[in-house]
Amino acid sequence: MDGCSVLIGGKAGSGINRAGQTIARMFTQLGYYAYMHYDYPSLIRGGHNFSLIRASTYPVGTHRSGIDILLAMDSPTLSLHRHHCKRDALVIYNSDTVRSDTGSAIPLKSIVARNDGMHVMENTAMIGALASAIGMDWDDCGYVISQEMRKFTQKNLAIARDAFRMQSEKKELKRLSQSPGILLSGNDAVSLGLLSAGLDGYIAYPMSPSTGILHFMADASGETGIQVFQPESEIAAITMAEGMAYAGAKAAVGTSGGGFCLMTEALSMAGMAEIPITIVLAQRSGPSTGTPTYTAQSDLHFAIHAGHGEFPRFVIAPGDAEQAYVWAGHALSLSWQFQVPSILLTDNTLSEGVYTVPPDMLQKRIPASRPVSVHLWEGTEEYQRYRDTEDGISPYASPPLFGAVIKGNSKSHDEWGISVDDGMQLASMTRKQMKKIPSMKDSVSQLKPVLIGGNPDSDICLISWGSNAPLCREAAQVMGIKSVQPIVVHPFPASEMTAATCCSVMTFLLEDNYSGQLADICEAHGIPVDIRLPRFDGRPSAIDQLIEDLWGLVG
Amino acid sequence: MTKGLITDAQNTWCPGCGNFAIQHALKDVILRLESEGVPRENIVLVVGIGCHAKMADYLNVNSLYALHGRAVSFATGICIARPDLFVICCVGDGDAYAEGIAHLLFAAKRNVNMTVLVHNNRVYGLTKGQVTPTSPLEYHGKSNPDSREGIALNPPELLLSVGCSYIARGYSRRQEELKGLIYDGIVHPGFSCIDILQICASFLDKTKEYDRQVYVPLDHNPEDFDAACRLVREYSYEDSGNIPLGVVFHEERDIFHVGTPFSRQRYTDKKGFILRFIEERK
Ligand code: SF4
Repeated sequence: MDGCSVLIGGKAGSGINRAGQTIARMFTQLGYYAYMHYDYPSLIRGGHNFSLIRASTYPVGTHRSGIDILLAMDSPTLSLHRHHCKRDALVIYNSDTVRSDTGSAIPLKSIVARNDGMHVMENTAMIGALASAIGMDWDDCGYVISQEMRKFTQKNLAIARDAFRMQSEKKELKRLSQSPGILLSGNDAVSLGLLSAGLDGYIAYPMSPSTGILHFMADASGETGIQVFQPESEIAAITMAEGMAYAGAKAAVGTSGGGFCLMTEALSMAGMAEIPITIVLAQRSGPSTGTPTYTAQSDLHFAIHAGHGEFPRFVIAPGDAEQAYVWAGHALSLSWQFQVPSILLTDNTLSEGVYTVPPDMLQKRIPASRPVSVHLWEGTEEYQRYRDTEDGISPYASPPLFGAVIKGNSKSHDEWGISVDDGMQLASMTRKQMKKIPSMKDSVSQLKPVLIGGNPDSDICLISWGSNAPLCREAAQVMGIKSVQPIVVHPFPASEMTAATCCSVMTFLLEDNYSGQLADICEAHGIPVDIRLPRFDGRPSAIDQLIEDLWGLVG
Repeated sequence: MTKGLITDAQNTWCPGCGNFAIQHALKDVILRLESEGVPRENIVLVVGIGCHAKMADYLNVNSLYALHGRAVSFATGICIARPDLFVICCVGDGDAYAEGIAHLLFAAKRNVNMTVLVHNNRVYGLTKGQVTPTSPLEYHGKSNPDSREGIALNPPELLLSVGCSYIARGYSRRQEELKGLIYDGIVHPGFSCIDILQICASFLDKTKEYDRQVYVPLDHNPEDFDAACRLVREYSYEDSGNIPLGVVFHEERDIFHVGTPFSRQRYTDKKGFILRFIEERK
């Protein structure tokens, strides 16, 4: 095999996510690009969880439904996923609890018992069997296990080794000489990106699928000195973060749709008071509480229009871990450069999916810890927090600053920050804020906000955004058509999008919502969308299914 | 803007409003702090929304004119970012005891180092006379002409129950006492809240009652929690009984701080962390 799709399934609480990540790491150890999708219902124990891990010779950010190797920790895994398997698929099952006429029987429970291990280590045994099946050296397998399982390493190694010896059926994956990169979840990547742009504080109330960022940041706080805090509500989270920003600290918050809903009053305040703040909005299926652990891209319009009144903002939707890293940093820096809120729009697929990222890209992209272009007060004349300038960006200052009085204001105000309701002043302050928009668009243009992939000369165009972008990029590559991804969605990169799509005779747009939210935006900007491909069952599309559907449509 | 402590913004409080007295008291306390070496730029005033909030426009100090109910929360963020600042919140009773009650209680629970002055006029003034959590049972505002809101909230009692480390009650017509309470609150290390009975000249002028009811207990020991509980129950924001003024409770306990103090950092910058993270994942 020169690529591989593995599914490992079992009960919630049996370490399926962890196992999936370890398997992904085995694939990168063998020189492959790995991608993992993790599927779990919103419960802690029981229920069915599975991880889909894909190894490929080129970068991928999506799963494939034809499974090569099925790892069944329990019977439901076998019954639920057998029909997703390729005809020649290898099945490895836990013969202590699962009955099957075909496949490799590995007695996970007995192996664990023999080694005096804990129940959850059955997944280690399964991983050992898989390593053997794909023809990995024991040394490689042992290395990955000792890296991924820092607790009870010896016991885990012994368990994996037993299963490794027992597995005789093979489905070998040849070792590649390249070493493509390290594994990052979307949430890891967002966290690193924010840190790379000099984040000082992260305040969040737990909400799937953004919670991984809170945990990452809490772990990182000791070494980076950033302030990480979980307050009483999402309202508290964003207002505290804005308090930090008023005091000069770069702060971000993370949440999902429901929490973002609560944050909108403070979002408007950030607009009026010109407070830089970055909000990570990790979309999940809604409305309301919706389906907490399944994906959606249905908050696009909400992100763009949230809050009362009118004010400029950035809405940025990266598609994979690499983009999440780069653009989380951009979001924070742009916010500070323009003193406007920025919303980093991710989704469940991206947040919790695991991607392969080249480490040198991460190193190269670490910018200065503060954006050079933050306007600062020179101290030569009286400080005006909201001074009207040519580009609408006032000098930023935070207390304590000798000789200056810094007045941030959520109400209509004059240049000093004193409340006013005089019509002339209202109009001039609104104009001052809106003057930022042209330069915001310029800055976005310089960052290449639209990514073109596949065959750029094709007159068939597949548009997508967020986590669907790597999927569509790959589909376009395979089909010889063009893929287009707007990474910045607001202010909409209209000229770049028009240039990218103007030669198309047929345009598709795939997104995980019912109404076609990006399609509406494209059409509002004169970019016709011929066929909308909505998906709203909370599940991400698989590459092979998408290609099949598209062939059907293209004819 | 003037160089003094009062801006040249036009003052729009009603004549006779208790806010003037609180403003003067706060101004004098700031002058006193300055004379004791606190630089003016180290003082930040955070306000909510309501009549009280105009304080941000009128006092010539750093300020954040925040949102209804959220002043304490914004102030917490400022304290997290700059623990060296003197953060003072002016909030209203409708503002902090209704919409913002959670933030107030949590800041008290955490012992965030700030001082909250509640302009407690027991009525929504700026929206023209509706009932607030501390309105008297008999109060019929424009939103409850026939009904009653139920018994009034006793904020100092509530604050005591969540571990507030400094609670005092002041009265807008007792200037000297009020200044002392505000000053003590600001220098108190940790969270301090001063519930200031304030008259609203336009909607709930309780000058006569308050003048008769208030007194300063002579033998109260603010270090004694049980005595503090008994004292706050003496006045339930309902009856016409006596209203004790002064410090109700006072203790010193650990101040809230989050994350890891800078002194414990093993890496001096975020870049170092990212590089090390990459190495570990390889
Ligand atoms: S309405 Fe009441 S509280 Fe408001 S300014 Fe007038 S007197 Fe003062």
